[in-house]
Amino acid sequence: MPIIWLFLIVIAISAMGYVLGRSRALRSAGGDIRNLHSLPTFYGANVALKAVIPTFGLLIVWLLLQPLYVNSHVSGMVPDTSIKEGSSRSLVMAEVRRTANGLNNAVTQGLLSEAEAANPNADNAEIAQLLKEAGQVVTSDITQPVLLAAQKHRVMNATGYSIMSVVIILVALAGVVISWWQTHSEYRARNVVEQGVRVLLLAAASIAVLTTIGIVLSLVFNTWEFFKLYPASDFFFGTTWAPSFSGRGGASDLGIIPLLWGTFYISLVALLVAVPIGLFAAIYLSEYASPRVRSFAKPLLEVLAGIPTIVYGLFALLTVGPLLLSVFGDDGLGWMKAGTAVMTAGLVMGIMLIPFVSSLSDDIINAVPQAMRDGSYGLGATQSETIRQVVLPAALPGIVGAILLAASRAIGETMIVVLGAGAAARLDLNPFEAMTTVTAKIVSQLTGDADFASPEALVAFALGMTLFILTLGLNVFALYIVRKYREQYE
Amino acid sequence: MTDASMQSPETRRHAVSLTASDARTKKRAAAEKRFRAYGIIAIATGLFFLIVLFTSILSQGIPAFQRTVVSVEFTLSADQRDEAEGTMFKTKAYSNLFIAELNEQLAESGITVDFDQDAIERLLGKIGGTIRTFYADNPGKLGEPIMFDLAASSRVDGYFKGRVSRDTLQDSRFLQLSDLDLVDALKEAGIIKQAFNWPFITGADSGVDNPGGAGIGASVVGSFFMMLVVLCLSLPIGVAASIYLEEFAPQNKFTDLIEVNISNLAAVPSIVFGILGLAVFIQFMHLPQSAPLVGGLVLTLMTLPTIIISTRASLKAVPPSIRDAALGVGASKMQAVFHHVLPLAAPGILTGTIIGLAQALGETAPLLLIGMVGFVARGYPDGFLAGFTEPNSAMPAQIYTWAARADVGFYEKAWGGIIILLMFLLTMNIIAIILRRRFERRW
Repeated sequence: MPIIWLFLIVIAISAMGYVLGRSRALRSAGGDIRNLHSLPTFYGANVALKAVIPTFGLLIVWLLLQPLYVNSHVSGMVPDTSIKEGSSRSLVMAEVRRTANGLNNAVTQGLLSEAEAANPNADNAEIAQLLKEAGQVVTSDITQPVLLAAQKHRVMNATGYSIMSVVIILVALAGVVISWWQTHSEYRARNVVEQGVRVLLLAAASIAVLTTIGIVLSLVFNTWEFFKLYPASDFFFGTTWAPSFSGRGGASDLGIIPLLWGTFYISLVALLVAVPIGLFAAIYLSEYASPRVRSFAKPLLEVLAGIPTIVYGLFALLTVGPLLLSVFGDDGLGWMKAGTAVMTAGLVMGIMLIPFVSSLSDDIINAVPQAMRDGSYGLGATQSETIRQVVLPAALPGIVGAILLAASRAIGETMIVVLGAGAAARLDLNPFEAMTTVTAKIVSQLTGDADFASPEALVAFALGMTLFILTLGLNVFALYIVRKYREQYE
Repeated sequence: MTDASMQSPETRRHAVSLTASDARTKKRAAAEKRFRAYGIIAIATGLFFLIVLFTSILSQGIPAFQRTVVSVEFTLSADQRDEAEGTMFKTKAYSNLFIAELNEQLAESGITVDFDQDAIERLLGKIGGTIRTFYADNPGKLGEPIMFDLAASSRVDGYFKGRVSRDTLQDSRFLQLSDLDLVDALKEAGIIKQAFNWPFITGADSGVDNPGGAGIGASVVGSFFMMLVVLCLSLPIGVAASIYLEEFAPQNKFTDLIEVNISNLAAVPSIVFGILGLAVFIQFMHLPQSAPLVGGLVLTLMTLPTIIISTRASLKAVPPSIRDAALGVGASKMQAVFHHVLPLAAPGILTGTIIGLAQALGETAPLLLIGMVGFVARGYPDGFLAGFTEPNSAMPAQIYTWAARADVGFYEKAWGGIIILLMFLLTMNIIAIILRRRFERRW
């Protein structure tokens, strides 16, 4: 792990800088701390930070840019003629990278000498055999241009990393030397260090923004690729979902409508389970329950929210599905053919959402001012009349917001539908049929062996984009409603 | 006319006693009762679901912690070994020796049952090879009596646990009806018995055709490395981001942007984070697939909003008088925050972090997309650093893999895996609760 070593070396240099900076400051003050502008530790930290921050910034940028640079350089070495029919440049480049990795592994394991690994006239078949022995998976036989490109790739990367190590260490040393030279008793070390820490804090906070940018870019970029291969109108308005992976031949039908229908149907069933139970539970807990009942029922209900979704998925697949099948299946009412169905997934998802609806509604009902209830009681209303006619209408916008948040959870839920809802995409009204959702199809399209350049794999990004926009829209809307409502009584 | 009509209901009302309730009051009281009952029913239903969930986890998962073993005391002399090594079919010779020993022990207990080598193979797999490797590795044990605990095949295991019964069993190459007679005889002799399934807890995943040998240990290690990455990244970044937003951020557009982003990221479906991980870490940065490092990075991005939100809440809970006092005695703003506010907020931050980690530990969907599912974790990583980059599975991914396999024997393992996962989550939550109880301070 050379990068780990580099990391440790930089840390060591900055630790050394800390000691040097601190002692120089003390010396320039004649050993009397009162002559210093800042505490001695700040002088040390100043030197250490100036060694570390630019170095790690540079390291990250270098590590991101070098593969891009090497790839674009090596990619030019592979002639268009050597790219097979039905393949693409990106696939060939993946092969090049695998071969280069294999060469590296073979050299570290001592199967190949450095000279053999760089030999342009090496026998392709022999190399392929050696790489397999070194534990590298090489999919197709290595061709001459691929081998050459791989050798070049390897050499460029190796040189790149050695240059990087040298540059990084030099930058770290330069940071130490410059800031050490600046250090004297009048230097405003504390202000500088605090400014630097502030920048670091800001950088940490910006990671949230970077994540969003990363999500949006990775979705937009790949969705764009997908729409170049597959017409957008067929995707948004197509009513059949029938992907065919390249092995089976033929064009795929990738219409999103059956998936959206499955998503909405399952979410609807889930909300029909979760909203009445959650809402009534919240009403009882906030208006009727004694503190003792509340103190044990509320945390118990919230346990349901802390259980991982894989547990619910297994519960749907192995417990609820067979149970429903024994009632509604061929032995019972004859409506259901298999344990995986909209009903199974919807029911289990509903159970998962109960605490979500109940605790959000509970908060909102509790926020309704007591004066409104007292007014209603004063007019002679019973407790339930007060709740139905005063508290609930007052809390309604908030409750709608809570339900919308639950709906967005239901739409984005993956594990329960992957295990409980089946894999068939269909437009049907029968809730005992298997249907599938956007999230389940993202999983199935991206976990196969399909290459990333095919529309069958890229469609997952378009589905992800749809899902992202859908849930984001619901959330923003719900938060807007909740916030607006809260201001009403504050 | 009007006077009369106004008077008549009033006189009627006065005619009614106030102590006895009239029809309308009764109706209202009944409505009140019904409404209250709806609430009780709703809570009872919720709790009922919770109970059903846990009983189904426990009833179906506990058998995974039991396995069926055949323990036979077996002695092999050096002569016997040399003789067996001299034959053409070496493992067969070993297994013949073993069968002879087994027959002897059965005869000692006064039980007679007919069986052949094939039956033993169906029950125990290829024992000859197991014995031979044992003695090849431990030549010093020759001549000593050794207790062999051999795992019975998953169908025999199922017979003990009630999954396979005599009525429904059909002869196949895996198990025949006559084998069950042998199993019953062995049981009577006390040779075959149920034991605690240590290999399930410590072992690695097995192939698709061997549910009996599958263990969750390797994926626990995978999850551990992932959580290490999440902890090392999300705690410092989350705390730094919260400090900035809570203590230093100026009121401007960029701060608003960060705030909006954090609250939105908290609600983005986890599968979208998986897509991000696939596109950025694997497609773009070419980090290794199925590696705990990548899983940890994705889960870090997912956990950050949770940690930031809880950290901000605990920073907010520290009263401003603490900051004012620190500033008053000459501390800089940075010193006030790092020396006084942060230590006071630490218990709350820690609690939030543990809860965020627990969430991340149970998360499955993003792991499916970065390839932690197709991978069969057959062993432990080679070393500490290799643990981050070598392909591995994680607990929830391993459970999903088992649930998706065709063999029913794996379902039991999946439920057992869930028990272990939930035990980890329970421990983490209890630690969080204890921390909160112990250090919570009301100002």
